[in-house]
Amino acid sequence: MNAPRCSLAPYAFLAPFFALFAGFVLLPLASTAGLSLFRWNPTEGWQALTFVGFENYAFVLDDPWFWHTLRTSAWLTLVGGLPQHLLALPLAWLVWRHAGRGQALVSGIYFLPFVTSSVAVALAFSTLFASDTGLANQLLATLRGWPGLSLLLPAEAVHWLSEPDAARWVVAMLMFWRYLGWNLVLYLAALQVLPEDGFEAATLDGASGWQQFRHIALPQLRPTIAFAVTLTWIGGLQLFDEPLILAQDGRAGAAQTTAIYVYRNAFEYGDFGAAAAMAWLLLALIAVGAALLLWLLRTREPA
Amino acid sequence: MKLDRMLATLLLGLAAAGGCRAGEALVVATYPNLDRVVRLVEPVWRQRHPDVPIKLVARSYADHHTAMTTALAAGSGLPDLMAIEVSYVARFAASGALTDLNAPPFSAERWRDDYPRYAWAQASSGKRLAALPVDIGPGTLFYRQDLLAAAGVKDDALSRSWESYLDAGRKLKARSVYLMAHARDLKDLYLRANLKDGEGVYFDGAGKPQVRSPRFEKAFELALTARKAGLDARLGAYSTAWGDAIRKGRIATQASGSWMAGHLETWLAPQTRGLWRVTAMPAGAHATWGGSFYAIPQASKQKALAWELLQLLAHDRDTQLAALKNKEVNAFPALIAAQDDPLFASPVEFLGGQRAWLLWRASANAVPALAANRNDALAEEIVNNELDAVLLQGKSIATALADAERQIVRRARR
Repeated sequence: MNAPRCSLAPYAFLAPFFALFAGFVLLPLASTAGLSLFRWNPTEGWQALTFVGFENYAFVLDDPWFWHTLRTSAWLTLVGGLPQHLLALPLAWLVWRHAGRGQALVSGIYFLPFVTSSVAVALAFSTLFASDTGLANQLLATLRGWPGLSLLLPAEAVHWLSEPDAARWVVAMLMFWRYLGWNLVLYLAALQVLPEDGFEAATLDGASGWQQFRHIALPQLRPTIAFAVTLTWIGGLQLFDEPLILAQDGRAGAAQTTAIYVYRNAFEYGDFGAAAAMAWLLLALIAVGAALLLWLLRTREPA
Repeated sequence: MKLDRMLATLLLGLAAAGGCRAGEALVVATYPNLDRVVRLVEPVWRQRHPDVPIKLVARSYADHHTAMTTALAAGSGLPDLMAIEVSYVARFAASGALTDLNAPPFSAERWRDDYPRYAWAQASSGKRLAALPVDIGPGTLFYRQDLLAAAGVKDDALSRSWESYLDAGRKLKARSVYLMAHARDLKDLYLRANLKDGEGVYFDGAGKPQVRSPRFEKAFELALTARKAGLDARLGAYSTAWGDAIRKGRIATQASGSWMAGHLETWLAPQTRGLWRVTAMPAGAHATWGGSFYAIPQASKQKALAWELLQLLAHDRDTQLAALKNKEVNAFPALIAAQDDPLFASPVEFLGGQRAWLLWRASANAVPALAANRNDALAEEIVNNELDAVLLQGKSIATALADAERQIVRRARR
């Protein structure tokens, strides 16, 4: 028997990843954790660091804006995120079942918003939802002229981007539109690798398309659903650029997410300590939430 | 006298040479369009210092200030000369990381009267002077003369009083034109209307929040009146929708810095040529929009050279005028000595031939020297947030201001 040759090779291959991970993930994480224990106005340089223990955490937990932004983030994740999955699942099923050779094309079209720059998307939305000149309000105005509809629709032009409640819906709509394709592709990929025999047997037994989706596909997609929903949760709570560009008008109230608030605490208010504490609280929330989701959606052994 | 100056130059030159190896570049960090001014002075600089090239690092406005914040934090990667926009200057000045230009050998105090009082105050922190102003943005009210005429509003109604301004808005509203972009703008104007030297917008000179004063109550009331009468388009200035509304003539007045004329002409609404005019702001309010400064970080190893370039940018009449006359830059000179150029008496074609420069110059000299506070940006946001609650959710003004004060105090304690 030969001793394993070149036993360093695997480590050498893994090293670049771990070096990058340590440099760009672990180190910032650790230094943020350290920073959260200090009071620090960055423009004063390193020597201005003052150790304050957990004071920043106490300040943040007592900060009504922090809680407000957290509620906004959670609301956006739920309202902008949940429908993505409720629609992407049946849509993926339909594409897989009926699009035939066109699957790649159809999913590609759905995927397009995901690969478009978030800035471009947000700017397009802000034009669509402009108060006076936007297409959304023009559509509303036209529909209002139709008999019976005038009672159901708002009587005046909606200030989509400047009123907090309306702005949140626009951001949620953007999230839904943008990430639907991503989830569709995830589910489609999962469907494509499911074993065919289950579906063939069901077809022979006369099961309808819906029954096959509900009783055969869905249970087997469970791990993928858990994965995709967790990604939505993480992405939702980290939401930053879309609301920043879309709803800058109502900055504080409308659609300010926690991620935006963290950034502004650091770079606009010059309070790096509070920002670091906030970032860690957000990270904890994301981690606990993700673990909970994975546990709830775990694949249970058949009873 | 001459010998004195020669000696001083020699000493400065020696200091420069001692501070750095010959040929080491002088790093200037700035943002558009200030970078163009540096390019304008480069030929002069090359003549004076052929062995010290200028290394220009121009980032976008937001990126520049984030990069400078980070560089100050790390204490490394700092340029020799740093551009700072007015909304950052108080925070950067308070940090102590910028060279005090009042101290020798710079002794810039002797130039105090060479700049508008307010610009000097913005760059000062106590007795220290952290930066020199290079351009300013004296405020006036831009208005669409054609829209006013169509609504039967006399031009002077805009400036006479707050009431006459709102009345003009009601007449415009009857023709489906908004008086202003956002009710918030009216609040901001009123807040600055009657301030004197040494007072602050949100904090008094001693740092005590002023949010519950009658000034804020009245400002909120005005904004609410405008909103209830439907006089504002509910658009933040410089949003996409705002630009659209400006182009389409949906907004009749916009308080802004003199530079807005250039923006309107070059990209915002070139098709509205000849339709805009400027006038004094309502009820004698004075304010400024924007303004840029240059500072020398403490960490600079070439302070003497940086100071020389800083003088060239901020205290040289020719440079200041070149920046003004450059079509892309069009910066209003901060140096008062540069404000007597014949250009100031010449008509502005885009504004229908109005002699607007005279008005802008008068405005620049009337703006009080307000006390800056490092928490101004935060206070402004808290106040805007509470104003939103008043305008949108019917929160009472007294409650809103009390809440704003509590939040500001809570933050300012840190």
